[in-house]
Order: sequence, then structure tokens, then C-alpha cells
Amino acid sequence: MVLSSFLSVLKRDLRLALRQKSDLATAVLFFILTASLFPFGLGPEPNLLARIAPGIIWVTALLAVLLSVERIFLADYEDGALEQLILSPAPLELVVLAKIVAHWLTTGLPLILAAPLLAVFFNMDFEGLGVMLLAMLLGTPSLSLIGGTAAALTLGARRGGILIPLLVLPLYIPTLIFGVGAIDAALFDLPYKAHLFLLAAIMTVSLLVAPLAGAAALKQAVE
Amino acid sequence: MLQDTQNSQPESGKDQPLLIVARNLACQRGGRTIFTGLDLDLADGEALLVRGPNGCGKSSLLRVLSGLLRPAGGTLGWPAAPEEETAALHLHYLGHQNAFKSVFTVRENLASWAGAERNPEREELALATFQLEKLADTPAHLLSSGQGRRLALARLLAVHRPLWLLDEPSVGLDVASVKLLEQAVETHRQNGGGVILTTHTPVELEQSRILDLAPYSKTDLQRKASTGPGEDSRSGKTEWKDEDPWF
Repeated sequence: MVLSSFLSVLKRDLRLALRQKSDLATAVLFFILTASLFPFGLGPEPNLLARIAPGIIWVTALLAVLLSVERIFLADYEDGALEQLILSPAPLELVVLAKIVAHWLTTGLPLILAAPLLAVFFNMDFEGLGVMLLAMLLGTPSLSLIGGTAAALTLGARRGGILIPLLVLPLYIPTLIFGVGAIDAALFDLPYKAHLFLLAAIMTVSLLVAPLAGAAALKQAVE
Repeated sequence: MLQDTQNSQPESGKDQPLLIVARNLACQRGGRTIFTGLDLDLADGEALLVRGPNGCGKSSLLRVLSGLLRPAGGTLGWPAAPEEETAALHLHYLGHQNAFKSVFTVRENLASWAGAERNPEREELALATFQLEKLADTPAHLLSSGQGRRLALARLLAVHRPLWLLDEPSVGLDVASVKLLEQAVETHRQNGGGVILTTHTPVELEQSRILDLAPYSKTDLQRKASTGPGEDSRSGKTEWKDEDPWF
């Protein structure tokens, strides 16, 4: 019962995302276009670009997630579907988790798939590529989880969309530090496992906190 | 949750199991008291019409009963429900918003509401009851407002819940569709369900009880406006011209 209600919310959100393909493409296109502005701005210096690639890829990925995180709950809040989700027999924490997982599948995962393309743009060393993908695989779920909680918290607020970055960006800093740190370490042949473990730890904590905090925030939002 | 069930006999004096019991219920929104001291019972097969002028708290009452809004005071319970039955399995709440997804078809919307409890037979019944069969594969954004409301109503039948809380269910419905709603409600009552609804348009239900919210209401709006039954029929905001809108 619990698993099937989780899956039914997940399927519903994935199907909704697939019907609104423009929403789906926005985050990835933003990611690719913004990151590819840096070579124009900084000049085509291969060594410089290779050096700053991990940071730029992570920062733009983070902003791309931020751009799309508001829509996790907003549409449901506006059309009344959120009330029905809250009144549905599935535990609300599970509904929140399913919606955030759907967001990661439609935003985080495409970003990871697009990242190697950017690595090529930036002349990044291919030794770092595997670690970058691993770091993103461990890091982007935290971005969706933290962002989803903030999206739930700002639902009732006027101009909540502007509040989300203020709430979320400070909380994204640890993911950014260890995400970039892992890639840098791999590029300099230093041990990078510790960074990946810390990314996994951040994800684990967010995975526990986000559904609880999100569910409480949603209940508050519909009151 | 529920206290003093012993002395909570329904006013109608029936021995049927009570679907919902509220005692001394109070509601606050934004620090403002909406109503206080409200007692309410609903037994199997009963229908309760909540009436009162605009702004007296009818919608708030239904939201409190549904559990979306926490009551500021009093107790709320459903004695007829089995112990493990949560509010979610006990009731349907139909708000002002239709809550359907415009990119989904009518049938997909019904399926997504039912979620893990999806039952194709009930789905067909829901479509048939509200005459949506021909629209079953139409994307919901193409529906007219009345058809959209019918889709929202069809949700009531897609999954079984004993108690229906309907906030202005007849908004946007034509006369024929209101008949469909009335039939659905009567069928639900015959099958042992109960209905609490607010409405400003005439909805004819057999032997329905009426709860006038005005005496419990604490809003200033209500004190000025409420001079007696049928007040909002003269408030000029509603379109119908019947002398008595309730019957």
C-alpha cells in the first residue's frame, strides 16, 4: 500500500512533466547555455577553463535546479490538487518524497547526462569526468531535496519564488564545496573519496529531513 | 480525539452510526474567530445543508471537518469509522477548486485521484453518473467550466468514501447537471453514506437537515448582514430569482 501510493504519485508527476516538455527542457538548456557563456566571458584560454570547469559546472547545475524547484508544489497548490494530496490516504511525507524524486528524475538526472558535454566545452581532463558524474549523482539529489523543502515552505507567501534562493543558496554551499572538491582532488591525483562520502552524508540527512519538513510545510500552506 | 461520545445523541434521535460528530467546535483564521460553539452530527444516510450569508464561515467549517484546517477549539471525531480508518479513508472533500490537471485527460485525472486505489469499474461508474463518457479521452483544459465541475464531482465516485464534504458543488452546473449531482448524492445516501454541503443554488435533497451557521458566526460581516433566513438571496450577488432558494 505504502509503496504503491509512492509509485502512483511518482508516476503522476513524471507523466505531468512529460506532458509539459518545455518545463523539462528549461533546466537543461539553462545549464548548458549559462555554462557555455563563461568561455566567451573569460576568453578561450584552455588551461584556465580546465581549471575552473568543476566550479562552473557545479554552480550552473545548482542554479538550474533552483530555477525549476518552485514548480514541485506550486502548480498543485494553485489548482487545489495539493489539498487532495494532503487528504489522500498516502502518508504526506511519502507524497513529498515522491514529488521530489520526480523532480530529480526530470531535472537532476538530465543535468548529469548533459555534464560530460560541458566537460568537453571546458577542455576538462577526462580523468576527472568519472568522479564528476559520481559527485553529481550524489550531490544533485540533495539539491532537489533541500530545494523542495524550501519550495514547500514558501508556498503560502506572496512572491515566494524570490524567497526560495534566499533560503536555499546558503544550504547549497556544502554540496557545492564537496562537489567541486571531489572533482579537483581527482584532477590533481589526490584522494577524493572523502568528498564523495560527505556528499553522500549530506544526501542522507536531506533525505531524512526533507520529507518531514516538507510535509509539515504543506499542511501549513493549505490552512 | 473524540470526547463525550456518550451524550452526543444526534438531534434527529436516530440510532444509526454517526459518520461525524463535532462538539463545541471553534475556528480561527488569521487570528480572527470565524465561529464558536458549533455542535454537529451526521448519521448514515443523512444530508446536511449548511447555510448562512457570505463570509460566515461555511467554507471554513467544511475545511475544519475535512481536517485541512485545525479547529481552534472543540472536538471532532467519526465514531462509525473503524479504529484504523484515517480521515483520508473516511471522507471526500470537494473545495472551490476543481483540482484536476489540465494536461491530463478526464480519465487520467480520475485515475490520478484514485492513486493506488484505482478501480476501473468505479471509474466507469463515475464517468457514467456525471455523463462524461464521451469526454473520457478529452484533455481537461478543453472542458467548459460546467464540465470541469462535473469532472471534479466524478472524483467522489472514483473512490468510495462514506462522508462527502461538498463546498458549493453546484457552481457552474446547468439544471440538468444539478439533477445528476442530486441523484449521485441520493444514491450515496441510500448506500449508507452521508453528505454535508453548502450551496447558494437550489439543490433538492430528500429530508435534508439544515444547519444555519449564522448564530455561531463571530465575524462582523455576519452581524451586519444576517437578519434572517434567506438573507443572501437578497444580497444581490447570486443570480437566481427564486423566492426560497433552499427548497
